[in-house]
Amino acid sequence: MDGILTLVNFGPEGWGDDIAAGVLVTVSLALATLPFGLAVGFALSLAKTSQDATLRLAANIYTTIFRGLPELLTLFLVFYGAQIAIQQLAQMTGRSSGIEINAFVAGMVALGAVFSAYSSEVFVSAFRAIPQGQYEGAYAIGLSRGRTMRLVILPQLIRLALPGLSNLWLILLKETALVSVIGLSDILRQAGIAARVTREAFLFFGVACLLYLVLALLSSVVLSTIERRVSVGGVMR
Amino acid sequence: MSVPQTVSDSRELPPPVQKQTWTKARIAGVALLCLWGLASLGIALFLVSSWNPELFQRYAPQYLSGLWITVQLVAISVVVGAALAVPIALGRRSDNRVVSAAAYGYVYFFRGTPLIAQVFLVYYGLGSFRPELQAVGLWGFFREAWYCALFAFTLNTSAYQAEILRGAIENVGRGQWEAASALGLSRLQTLRKIIIPQAATVALRPLGNEVVLMLKGSAIVAIITVYDLMGETRRAYARTFDFQTYVWAALIYLGLVEILRMAVDRIERRLTRHLRR
Repeated sequence: MDGILTLVNFGPEGWGDDIAAGVLVTVSLALATLPFGLAVGFALSLAKTSQDATLRLAANIYTTIFRGLPELLTLFLVFYGAQIAIQQLAQMTGRSSGIEINAFVAGMVALGAVFSAYSSEVFVSAFRAIPQGQYEGAYAIGLSRGRTMRLVILPQLIRLALPGLSNLWLILLKETALVSVIGLSDILRQAGIAARVTREAFLFFGVACLLYLVLALLSSVVLSTIERRVSVGGVMR
Repeated sequence: MSVPQTVSDSRELPPPVQKQTWTKARIAGVALLCLWGLASLGIALFLVSSWNPELFQRYAPQYLSGLWITVQLVAISVVVGAALAVPIALGRRSDNRVVSAAAYGYVYFFRGTPLIAQVFLVYYGLGSFRPELQAVGLWGFFREAWYCALFAFTLNTSAYQAEILRGAIENVGRGQWEAASALGLSRLQTLRKIIIPQAATVALRPLGNEVVLMLKGSAIVAIITVYDLMGETRRAYARTFDFQTYVWAALIYLGLVEILRMAVDRIERRLTRHLRR
């Protein structure tokens, strides 16, 4: 028992600090992906609810692709694809490419693409839940399209989309584990290294699982606080 | 024969609204569609230009065997997981606090941690208990990456399916149970004839999504050296450094997921045919 405590503890003997650094990487990757994924997802949902059939089709193709590909494959496509593209570009310009694709950025792009595909669906169903009268009322009192969106629609949209988005956040947090495969030192990779060195695989992968659980628990606490905040002053429909 | 005359007084109607043919949305849509067209053309050209019959002959059978492994893995774990999901869902609904807490903990663990971490926990982690496992005679099972993957996937999907099942059963109103017992149906008959047909329509779409998620998630077994479709792709890429290996895999996965989605749509249309007018 003492041996286990030393192993997971901080300090030179223990792996606590390495794994804590992994937690930081996991959380920062998820946080960095979030705004990018949300923005693209929102733009996609606008395109999907547009009156124009071509715009809807273009957005739906994006969703079909990124919801249909395995996340791991998307990650590899981005990681290796970008590397090859850069090499080709370097050959064309006649320079040797010293550029390495950052695993963090590749993870951000791949996970962000997947997140935006799913979140666009959440936004679309939230848009559909807002009655047409809200737009008509806003136009009737002379608000422009932009102000209608910002002052009337968005506040309601956030309230409607938040449960779905919270769910997607929890999924995103778990999917960051895939980035360990392309070499980013997140929780899972650090746990894997510790497991290989100490030969205590069950202990360290168990710790990794527990850390993901703790992160999920913390996020659901934060998210439910936000949800309560946002729904203050909401009209019961 | 006289043709009935339809009187149309066009002077009374307002002039037809002039449709704006090239709105900003239309321009953006066409531009994006062109972009997609160019991208798919680029991929097609890339595949044609890097077409290599030797490569194809060498790796096509391997891709097929990988595809078969993927399908097997998903099918077995979803079916066995469905069987496991029933007692877990019942446990979640149980009045016994201990049983429902245990079921809740199980579901929370498997839904709250990444699938890849669970696979590692089983494949690498259970190796720590080798003497114990050998003593019970289970070591032969957990030594194989394939069985470890199957085990982890089954447990994982059973947790998700249990939640889907529970949601679907709770979705059926209490009145249905009461009406059935008033008619003198037994609990099992009620479940089979009243509850499950109604719950199935609710559960079908999330279940279909779960199968799609499993199919996509199954790609990670490639990391623990199971040669599924993703594993074969990685092997082919490692040997040839040819990017088209990944493109082919992407096309196959996309095709599989689309087929699944269409199948779910078909079944849903069949199950809800009484709701349509």
